[in-house]
Amino acid sequence: MKRIACDVAVIGSGPAGLAAAVAAHDQGAEDVLLIERDVCLGGILQQCIHNGFGLHLFDEDLTGPEYAARFIAEVGKRPIRQMLRTMVVELKANREILAVSRDEGLLKISPKAVVLAMGCRERPRGAIALPGFRPAGILTAGTAQRFINIEGFLPGKEIVILGSGDIGMIMARRLHLEGAQVKAVIEIQNCIGGLSRNLVQCLNDFDIPLYLSHTVTDIRGTHRVEGVEVAPLDRQGTPDASKSFSIPCDTLLLSVGLIPENELSRQADLELDPVTQGPVVDQHYQTSVAGVFAAGNVVQVFDLVDHVSICGTAAGKAAARFASGDLGAWDAQMCCIEAGEGVRAVVPQRLSAHGEAEVHFYLRSQSVMRKATLRLSNREGESLFEKRFRIVRPPEMIHIAVENGDFAPSGTYAVNLTGETE
Amino acid sequence: MSDEPREHHLLCIVCPEGCEMDIVERDGDLVFPKGICRRGREYARREIYNPCRVLTTTVPVEGGEIAMLPVRTDKPVPKPKLIAVMREIATIVATAPIAVGDVIRENVMGTGAALIACRDIAAT
Repeated sequence: MKRIACDVAVIGSGPAGLAAAVAAHDQGAEDVLLIERDVCLGGILQQCIHNGFGLHLFDEDLTGPEYAARFIAEVGKRPIRQMLRTMVVELKANREILAVSRDEGLLKISPKAVVLAMGCRERPRGAIALPGFRPAGILTAGTAQRFINIEGFLPGKEIVILGSGDIGMIMARRLHLEGAQVKAVIEIQNCIGGLSRNLVQCLNDFDIPLYLSHTVTDIRGTHRVEGVEVAPLDRQGTPDASKSFSIPCDTLLLSVGLIPENELSRQADLELDPVTQGPVVDQHYQTSVAGVFAAGNVVQVFDLVDHVSICGTAAGKAAARFASGDLGAWDAQMCCIEAGEGVRAVVPQRLSAHGEAEVHFYLRSQSVMRKATLRLSNREGESLFEKRFRIVRPPEMIHIAVENGDFAPSGTYAVNLTGETE
Repeated sequence: MSDEPREHHLLCIVCPEGCEMDIVERDGDLVFPKGICRRGREYARREIYNPCRVLTTTVPVEGGEIAMLPVRTDKPVPKPKLIAVMREIATIVATAPIAVGDVIRENVMGTGAALIACRDIAAT
């Protein structure tokens, strides 16, 4: 088995990993290793051929591959070691990595610091306990996206999509443009799961029917999907079988949420946040295990890639500082930031005193609220930071920047959102 | 002689507010509901009179490391022409090597927009 030592190892080369590798090098890490399981860098960006990327970071409307290309070019300008077709199979709490490479076989990598950038996975059928047979033709929206945009196969001709997440709506448009008939997008909630620009430009533009407060109650077909049963939800939120109807189709796509991919994090015994399902991090994106950093969708699922890159940059920079001895592990001085009233989750959840002047927090509201006030306050209820929003929606992440100097060592703080709920 | 009034229902995507607008089009003029801002009105005018979209899709590649090349129009094209543009794109096969930004087809479907490559593909 080949052994490799390095300053910073980055696991995954999607937007978070690419930004982290570049930042780690620029911060002074001489030996940066970028590990990617696919044949090329870029991660899921390569299959996200739609536009809308980079509006914040570059002030340009780019497609996923173009956005990736910007960062891949930056990686290429630096002496960063790229290990393609290499899959990390184990991460230990002492940061030792076991990887399998198509070209080099089994590898043992000993980095001074690690950045986890594995992204997220789609919730599969099992996660939503969808009844019915298990015929061919049931796949997640992201799998269909890979089939069409990377491999060049159309997975079906008559499509029903369950869930109105962004990928689901984007795939509705993509399949329509490729000549498939998208018969319905079905959403169990009373509002769409994704961004409103995707409702307008993916569904409304092509008159694709959207059924809110509906769900799939049965899948017909034994070898191939032949159709689905759809029912509206009653006031208690249970499907009303008396009003159910069938939609014939050959394919059912699922776009029912994303979960941070943290198999490696669990192996290394990182503290995980039960709500985000990603590691608990401080503002350097360092986790509870010294020298292990995490950035992007592995921490929490973001809605805009620009913010993933910004987090990747912060994590890469901090990982390089840790590798050179300039940044320590978590200590007793850490502050705790909790998601309070009206807030689903907040990242980072910890705050180290040795930070930069400004701390960036990302959070999501629990429900749609108008005239909302966000308050960051201490245990005594004293407010450190306040911001008002005309409207907040759970699919749209809230980003705030707060002065680090205002936090007392070892303090506990909570972020609350109050406003008019609909 | 004036045309029959036409009603348009739009969801504004200019800012996070996401205003829903019921707009009446009468004698070539648009009548907006109260409280719609200037940017919202501009958005609605574009959406009603000349809606345009950047089209993103793929074309097959010959002699490349991967099978499909992602492409897009270099500017927005009229929404009613999207399917016709897709039909023309369906006839295109690109040849590797390709660099991001390469023009794959000039003036696609007479829209004045060029179809450009969105990634590098090395030749095998």
